[in-house]
Amino acid sequence: MNIVNFTPISAFLGGSLIGLAVVIFFVFNGRLIGISGIASNFLTSKDNRFDNLLFLIGLIIGPIVYKIFSQEEIDISISNSFYLLAFAGLLVGAGTRIGGGCTSGHGISGIGRFSLRSIVATVTFMIVGILTVLVKNLI
Amino acid sequence: MNRIISLICGIIFGIGLTVSQMINPEKVLGFLNIFGDWDPSLAFVMIGALVISSPFFHLFKNNKKPIFAEKFSYSNNKELNKKLIIGSSLFGAGWGLVGLCPGPAIASLALLNLNSVSFVISMFAGFYLVKLLDLTTQAR
Repeated sequence: MNIVNFTPISAFLGGSLIGLAVVIFFVFNGRLIGISGIASNFLTSKDNRFDNLLFLIGLIIGPIVYKIFSQEEIDISISNSFYLLAFAGLLVGAGTRIGGGCTSGHGISGIGRFSLRSIVATVTFMIVGILTVLVKNLI
Repeated sequence: MNRIISLICGIIFGIGLTVSQMINPEKVLGFLNIFGDWDPSLAFVMIGALVISSPFFHLFKNNKKPIFAEKFSYSNNKELNKKLIIGSSLFGAGWGLVGLCPGPAIASLALLNLNSVSFVISMFAGFYLVKLLDLTTQAR
């Protein structure tokens, strides 16, 4: 193990903002934020469809707001392989719905409520994610 | 009112993903690369989010209703079953392959990156497939 690119302060600040969004959504709208749930319900369910759409639009506006205020470019680097992206997207879409949550739903909203189910889910996807990266680096 | 709240929460969440750099798949893959060059930063995203949110869940647990809605609506599923493990494993594999999970994938559409568009389209196909096969777990 070799620690690189460590940015704990910006990570903590960004995480706090995510926590704030979760709190506001819970206290005002009475719902838990789980992005996979909000996105898939927008696609497949009539309940709260417009609310869910607005949340997703907000999610896309967020980085733009950041860019305007910080005057900084947002650096991201994503795989170029169409087949890999399509396959991974399918796994993430199907997996989060079968498992009932993703990094936000299980990892934050669930663990924040001390849900054992969410702790198990989070440990599972973290371990499998770590092993996937390990295997990918070996190939 | 709760529509405005939804929009605002989405925006705050999206800013949080950007500030923390969780929007960058390379950063996420660095976090998952524990056995190589490890970037532990994203653990602090989770810590930050939990430090802020967890006390409120417990403070409001006994409240009868939220401010702009009739009732709290989330399920209290406590079942530990095969679907939870299988689903979370499939998700973990996809996450580890390209470093994108649902929130950052959707937020990164803001950057007009065609690769994230491909990912998001197939992610929605995954959502739809599970609905079609009636395998959805609606709770966390």
